[in-house]
Amino acid sequence: MASVSVPAERPGGLLRRPHATTGFWSWFTTVDHKKIGILYGITAFAFFLIGGTEALLIRAQLARPDQTILEPAVYNELFTMHGITMVFLVVMPLSAAFFNYLLPLMIGARDVVFPRLNAFSYWAFLFAGLFIYSSWFLGGAPNGGWFGYAPNSVLDPTRGMTFYAIGLLITGIASTVSAINLAVTILNMRAPGMTLFRMPVFVWMGLVVQLLLAFSLPVITIGLVELLFDRMFGTHFFDVAAGGSPVLWQHLFWLFGHPEVYILVLPAMGIVSEILPVFARKPLFGYQFVVFSGIAIGFIGFGVWAHHMFAVGLGPVANTAFAVSTMIIAIPTGVKIFNWLGTLWNGDLRFATPMLFSIGFIAMFVIGGLSGVTHAVVPSDYQQTDTYYIVAHFHYVLFGGAIFGLFAGIYYWWPKVFGRMLSETGGKVNFWLMLIGFNLTFGPMHILGLQGMPRRIQSYPASLGLSFWNMVSSVGAFVIALSVLVFLVNAIASFRKPKRMEADPWDARTLEWATSSPPPDYNFEEIPVVHSLDDLWHRKYAETEGGRVVPVAAGGSGEPAAVGEHAGEHGAIGGGGHAIHMPSPSYFPLIAAAGFPVIGYGLIFGVPAVAVGLVVTLAGFFGWALEPSSE
Amino acid sequence: MVLGLVALALVAAACAPNATQSALEPRGPYAQKSYDLFVPVFWVAVAIFVVVEGLLVLFVFRYRHRRNQTPRIPAQVHGNTRLEIAWTILPTLILAGVAVPTIATIWDLAAKPTGDVLEVNVLAHQWWWEFDYPGQQILTANELHIPTGRPVYLTLCAVGFGYGTPVPSQGGPPAPNACQTGPPDGQPPAGIGGAVIHSFWVPELAGTQDVVPDLTNHLTIQADEPGVYDGQCKEFCGLSHAYMKFRVVAHTPEDFDRWMADQKAPASPDVSGPAEAGKRVFLETCIACHAVAGLETANGQPVLANGGPNLTHLMSRDCFRGCTLATTDANLRRWIENPRAIEAGSFMPDYGLSSDEIDQVVAFLKTLE
Repeated sequence: MASVSVPAERPGGLLRRPHATTGFWSWFTTVDHKKIGILYGITAFAFFLIGGTEALLIRAQLARPDQTILEPAVYNELFTMHGITMVFLVVMPLSAAFFNYLLPLMIGARDVVFPRLNAFSYWAFLFAGLFIYSSWFLGGAPNGGWFGYAPNSVLDPTRGMTFYAIGLLITGIASTVSAINLAVTILNMRAPGMTLFRMPVFVWMGLVVQLLLAFSLPVITIGLVELLFDRMFGTHFFDVAAGGSPVLWQHLFWLFGHPEVYILVLPAMGIVSEILPVFARKPLFGYQFVVFSGIAIGFIGFGVWAHHMFAVGLGPVANTAFAVSTMIIAIPTGVKIFNWLGTLWNGDLRFATPMLFSIGFIAMFVIGGLSGVTHAVVPSDYQQTDTYYIVAHFHYVLFGGAIFGLFAGIYYWWPKVFGRMLSETGGKVNFWLMLIGFNLTFGPMHILGLQGMPRRIQSYPASLGLSFWNMVSSVGAFVIALSVLVFLVNAIASFRKPKRMEADPWDARTLEWATSSPPPDYNFEEIPVVHSLDDLWHRKYAETEGGRVVPVAAGGSGEPAAVGEHAGEHGAIGGGGHAIHMPSPSYFPLIAAAGFPVIGYGLIFGVPAVAVGLVVTLAGFFGWALEPSSE
Repeated sequence: MVLGLVALALVAAACAPNATQSALEPRGPYAQKSYDLFVPVFWVAVAIFVVVEGLLVLFVFRYRHRRNQTPRIPAQVHGNTRLEIAWTILPTLILAGVAVPTIATIWDLAAKPTGDVLEVNVLAHQWWWEFDYPGQQILTANELHIPTGRPVYLTLCAVGFGYGTPVPSQGGPPAPNACQTGPPDGQPPAGIGGAVIHSFWVPELAGTQDVVPDLTNHLTIQADEPGVYDGQCKEFCGLSHAYMKFRVVAHTPEDFDRWMADQKAPASPDVSGPAEAGKRVFLETCIACHAVAGLETANGQPVLANGGPNLTHLMSRDCFRGCTLATTDANLRRWIENPRAIEAGSFMPDYGLSSDEIDQVVAFLKTLE
């Protein structure tokens, strides 16, 4: 820790505030947004490998007709866990990793507004993931689909869906807390001069996503509590025989579930909106329009949920209304795509790996968007719904979109986070393998769906004529796996290189590159003063009267050294930021979060554990509230 | 490359190799309506795809940084309001153009057909389909027989195990339908509590309609030509969801009338040889769940239970167990021996019958034509 620690008298203190900011154990007590971001990233990537393995098992089972590699019970667990994992334990936390790491840097702040709460979010997410996965060893994993439709999810005799409900409730706590923390950070912690419309688009998308989370998670929370009560305490929320309604679950689930789609994809859109300008050496085309489109998508995203339910029987009025709202949401999405194209126009395009993934994102997301429009055509959707055509569609949005965007972000910010570059050759191999594998896997699924392959089937007979494209799809899945392997090798190899201390390897435009790579604990020795959008660019370049852009003469630039140059002017701040006070690490976020899974196990296996869990969590909060700011 | 993949996909989709359950090959007016919307929207999407991806590829090549080129810092263009307005309005107009026929067709498909309509109640079980022809005393499983050229208006009901509906009996009232008729106090029908959501889908004849426990949904299907059309449950409905298939058999009107007459006839109570022994076994065990019209128990009671499919005309059906097994001796034997070995989670238990008893039961079932 950079702060000068002042030993304080604290008789009777059980867990004194820890000091270590380096070393293995410091990761458990850290409240540094950058370390928490890295924790989120590593954890999400580990779950990505697990969820990907589940996908490979699914594709192995479906490679040929009438296969019996996986029996139905296991198959149902696998596709359910694949969905839960990829949505809640991969794309959401991977986005959270970027938000955590980058938002404070991008707005010129030293940390998030509530650092300990930030650590708490991470630990709650981690424990939720571990809790859900422990179900494999405790009587069976969730098996009712990530969408958990009642009454099937209520009637299922295994414990799986109870794990699902409790596990997702815990991730909901993690996400809600994190959403509020980050939203308040964006609104309150911006550097001087960083007006809302000087914020990078990624920060804007971060704000929209946090608000979407804050308003949509309560809805799924209600649904999950009702599901849990139906399963455990004999309530009848979804039991028709007692006057309940299965359709109620669907409304609750999708009223969360559709904003969730934008929660998953808007971060990637933000990432791409940062990367394209850097590698085109041009500002983002139509910045305000991209921002407003993101906001519009966020708002309209709450009004389209029943397009997941066109075949449920809500009637022609509802189907008409949601068809129209679904078509409307395509418009701001299109605006974004055109503005990205506008950004590329007349640029000086450099195809480093982040740029390749960003362009791949646009190319693939367009396909997902267009197939999405065919779902809004309700009578056409009557055929497509619950077929592999839908599986194809949302993988083009969530893999071709979100995952490609997140990989772009990984390659782009890797040197910022670790001070080392990933291999460009490795990156290019990774990109092309992933693009080819992705299209081989999910492209044929459009055809499979239209030719009559429903979703979530453990097997299909040869007589349906679906064998060829299923085989192609399965081969593609293993090509994707290979591409991820290439990335892993690249990532590990990068740590064998010496730390490269160049602060700004991409000639970037935004503030996170104005400090060293990796940044010091305190991010900025001196809080930057922001004068414009793309502030770092304007420190490096100026436009002449003739409209030509020329580098600013050395000395006036925003090189990291220059930031430090002025440090000496302030008597209070010594060189190297030694007098900057940063929040001290704490044990308590971890302890408070550790109680949640214990409560969960108690609900399933016996009430005493509930009490233990409650005590642990309350003790965590109590210690948290009472610990001194440093000692 | 992306364009190439799409072209490849289009070619492949156009010459679908013997896909028997394909939404791309409508065989009746209701499936045609969905198809007629999909195709033009698909081509509009292809056009947009070509324009957008074309621009992307063009820009990527045209503005790429060339090796040996001196680094160029392009003009810092921040946007263009006119372009923004254009690419907001243009998609809006295209979507409005798509919305009009979409909405018209939504209402068109939701309307109950008029004129000469056959009504059939569809009861979705875990994991098989039951078809009840109201007023006709016909109850069949996994095979929906319809006449060609006539709209068939389906009422879709999800039912739990042992849903409590009496089977049609000789001269009795029309079979009441589990999702239409409950007890007189307005309570939901007994047994519906165990029901889950299914989805009725026979893509060559119509789009999907979900079968939801607290809704009474309808769907109209129609076949233009005689033939067999594959269908399948589309909504995940538990362990053996993948095996909940059915088929629609479309007959000429004359053949359909003949089929109806055959189905109305009760099974003959007189059987001999191994079949007679099989009938005794059937009356001791199988009648817990399976009805056979015309059959009586030892004390003269009709066999009316309804946990499982009505077997009165079992052998007239080509398939059983969610239409995933052909109705052959070997399959019937295998099934009776241990249903749960074939169907995960099956509601039919293994009764532990001896090999001889199974042979006898199969011999009896073979008489149910």
